[in-house]
Amino acid sequence: MADPKVFQKIYTKLEAITKATVSLRAQGASNDELATVEGRLAQVVKTKGDLVTLQVFSGTEGIPTDAEVAFLGEPPTLRVSDQLSGRFFDAYGHPIDGGPEVEGEEREVGGPSVNPYKRRQPSEIIPTGIAGIDLNNTIVSGQKIPFFADPDQPYNQVMADVALRADVDKIILGGMGLSNDDYLYFRHAFENAGALDRIVSFVNTTENPPVERLLVPDMALAAAEYFAVDKNEKVLVLLTDMTLYADALSIVSNRMDQIPSKDSMPGSLYSDLAKIYEKAVQLPTGGSITIIAVTTLNDGDITHAIPDNTGYITEGQLFLRADPDSGKVIVDPFRSLSRLKQNVQNKKTREDHSQVMNAGVRLYADAQNAKTKQENGFDLSDYDKRCLDYAVEYATRLLSIDVNISITEMLDTAWQLFAKYFSPAETGIRQSLIDKYWPRKAD
Amino acid sequence: MATTGKVIGIVSNLVTVQTNGPVAENELCYINLAGTNLLAEVIKVAGDKASVQVFESTRGLAGGATVEFLGRMLEVSLGPGLLGSVYDGLQNDLTTMQDVFLHRGEYTDPLDHEKLWDFKPLAAPGDKVQAADWLGEVTEGWLPHKIMVPFSFKGEFTVKSVAAEGSYNIDTTIATLIAEDGSEVAVTMAQKWPVKVAVKAYREKPRPQKIMETGVRVIDSFNPIAEGGTGFIPGPFGCGKTVLQHAIAKQGEADVIVMAACGERANEVVEIFTEFPELVDPHTGRKLMERTTIICNTSNMPVAAREASVYTAMTICEYYRAMGLRCLLLADSTSRWAQALREMSNRMEELPGADAFPVDLSSIISNFYSRAGMVILNNGKTGAVTFIGTVSPAGGNLKEPVTESTKKAARCFYSLEQNRADQKRYPAVNPLDSYSKYLEYPEISDYLDAKVEKGWVEKITRAKMLVRRGKEMADQINILGDDGVPMSYHEAFWKSEVIDFAFLQQDAFDSVDALCPMERQKYMLDLILEICDTRFDFDNFEACRDYFKNMINLLRQMNYSVYESPEFQNYRTELDKLLKENGRS
Repeated sequence: MADPKVFQKIYTKLEAITKATVSLRAQGASNDELATVEGRLAQVVKTKGDLVTLQVFSGTEGIPTDAEVAFLGEPPTLRVSDQLSGRFFDAYGHPIDGGPEVEGEEREVGGPSVNPYKRRQPSEIIPTGIAGIDLNNTIVSGQKIPFFADPDQPYNQVMADVALRADVDKIILGGMGLSNDDYLYFRHAFENAGALDRIVSFVNTTENPPVERLLVPDMALAAAEYFAVDKNEKVLVLLTDMTLYADALSIVSNRMDQIPSKDSMPGSLYSDLAKIYEKAVQLPTGGSITIIAVTTLNDGDITHAIPDNTGYITEGQLFLRADPDSGKVIVDPFRSLSRLKQNVQNKKTREDHSQVMNAGVRLYADAQNAKTKQENGFDLSDYDKRCLDYAVEYATRLLSIDVNISITEMLDTAWQLFAKYFSPAETGIRQSLIDKYWPRKAD
Repeated sequence: MATTGKVIGIVSNLVTVQTNGPVAENELCYINLAGTNLLAEVIKVAGDKASVQVFESTRGLAGGATVEFLGRMLEVSLGPGLLGSVYDGLQNDLTTMQDVFLHRGEYTDPLDHEKLWDFKPLAAPGDKVQAADWLGEVTEGWLPHKIMVPFSFKGEFTVKSVAAEGSYNIDTTIATLIAEDGSEVAVTMAQKWPVKVAVKAYREKPRPQKIMETGVRVIDSFNPIAEGGTGFIPGPFGCGKTVLQHAIAKQGEADVIVMAACGERANEVVEIFTEFPELVDPHTGRKLMERTTIICNTSNMPVAAREASVYTAMTICEYYRAMGLRCLLLADSTSRWAQALREMSNRMEELPGADAFPVDLSSIISNFYSRAGMVILNNGKTGAVTFIGTVSPAGGNLKEPVTESTKKAARCFYSLEQNRADQKRYPAVNPLDSYSKYLEYPEISDYLDAKVEKGWVEKITRAKMLVRRGKEMADQINILGDDGVPMSYHEAFWKSEVIDFAFLQQDAFDSVDALCPMERQKYMLDLILEICDTRFDFDNFEACRDYFKNMINLLRQMNYSVYESPEFQNYRTELDKLLKENGRS
């Protein structure tokens, strides 16, 4: 990002300071423009007459009223080129891996959106090997989808697995409020996979100031747009943890005395999140940006403003939870959804995909009802018992996140389970498919 | 001289302008940002300072920028060529923009000025006419598109001349009218109208007379929407709101469909662009896109234009209604529009109402819904605008301001339920909580008597009763256990499951099941009620369950088969056999 130019006027009198913002009288400041306050990076968020309010990314601790303020004349930028590959950067786009600064064209981050009419319908599978995703909630390139998970779920590990298995040209990691351990985990996972040259990382750890996080998604997506638009590459962007990003938004809006809406989040939360997620796109030229994010939950509460707004923006969600019956972490088939799965199921996969998926989930739901009955002390019918046995095997062999098989294998596994526990009529699958795929007795 | 001004304050897209002359509420202005004009709308005036909401990103805008007021409100262009178009919320044609990215200040013309239309006169010299009266006709797609006296014309006019039959572009004068004061005015095929003002150039707006079929059983049979009626679909995310709305758009019995994607996902709009040009309208056999206009302000597009998008869409519907056509407006989602109002109200530091929404939210919503309706035109013909909006309640909780305000304004309520969606019972419309006020209208009841059969509404009421009873039985079984209740409880529960699985549920992705015409709905409901009227004899509840599961399977196979095909009849024969095995009617 730009450095102060020599001819710029320096201001030295602050009118007001809050924990995240400073205000001063200055001429000609433009909206979203960057500035430095005592050398710290800040951005114009409000002007009223000649009174300018700046959001200071690293916080205002220790900033005096006579701090030196210089305006940089432009919004946040990132230098883009192939040199980004394999590098680790902070939220401002400065290297944190000891390597040199990147040379390349300077691009504004958080730029304009793609004309919806120029988009193409996402229609290419991103296989992950995890049946809870590929079978039940198939992900498509150009999609945006978060993991919803409680903080104790291994979401970062799952995300790293998914990223490394996915057939993409570039992986861009945007880490927000990552613990140092998780940051190192990602770094090692990428290194060990020998995939470093196709990965770019922008990382804000818990050791960095929270407001800095606000820059991370824009930086990551500016890099993604470079590879997808300029280079026609398939790019996968990982954003973790978006809940911490939203928390930073609420800090800033709070300091600016805005009236909070639900859960003390700013009223613009929906638009703020949408601006990030809608960068996911399938371009007409073949390049694409797929976003897989993490939204951590409080005890599975999806009605909180952050997961709630996210759910309305993203194309589904992948819900991780521990399954006590099988002892596995599973992708919950009820609360997970991929909205774009119809674009590929039965079209790019086998004809029985959607019916097998629905039957599998419906029978799993019957097992949950049986379980409720069991817990209430009622006698179980033969069907209930079969459902319960099916559920354990279904969770272990298909829903668990440690599964790594092809989609055809997933479908075959599901048919085997149906045949083992149920009659064809109990599955409710279309007769023509039963005739073709129902395993014969000999199997 | 036009009023001008200077920017003196900026918070996101709310800009304060110091003005040098008169400005009007909702007047438009251009803010000059280094040679690019950013369109903005006046939303508040205090002294000589105007607060304007900018329809674009204000990044890089600085105090002192010059502002030029335009002396008009936000308008749409109306004329042949609207159908098949894809516009943004301000009616810029998105298809004629060159770059992959949208650029600020890039405004494109909504109508093609070169294209020639085959014009046929309908009025003759000497005719007395007023606003919205038909002067001529062109054919747009397959629809007769009337060229009307512009809505903005006040009073009575005498036709002096009308162009002869021939090909003209939209800017050609096709008629000259003489006003009451003797002055002459020229009329072209295109006109403009401010979006926030309802078009009222019709004789009267009676109560709706008939229903609009959608091919969706849970709507058409259980809670039908009237032609010219209003309805809304609230539901948590992931409940199939968009799938249901797209199904209605594809199958709705209307001449013109306007879809307003308001603050929603871009990929959903792409689905429409991709699918509609391929899909065939089941009622006319023409391509769906030919009768569809898309207004698209996706969630990452400027917030202020989101509010404009629903008004733009409604005005286009009102225009086609004035031609005697049946229009269907689908807005997804009105909550995003309300949120746009909230963001603005917040930046203006107004005192907030519930959940920080503006206090007049309720009146804004009801005002908008009131623009729908069936009308009798000045020439006695009828036209209709049916409006269905979706609502995205925060956290799926219907006790929130947008849902509550909408409930007061809309006559049909299609409640999507998380629980049903979790069980993949799609469409996840709750059959008992949802309602259609139109079923209480004697006009609609009479219409259904004639259209479907005498006593249809009572039949529907009975089917609902059976579903309700089944739910009560399910609760009892859950409390007392399978063995703790009499067999009749199980039977009643499973009968309601038959209605649910074979009638209320419908596969929107199956080529056959997706669209169920009224005749077929009646056939299936009659069959299902016949099953429900049968008394059965089971040894134990497991036999009861297995029996009904078999039956449900056969009914579903019927739903998947082409109506009255040999396959369909085979399943029916099998079902009758099953019914004879146990049933005693």
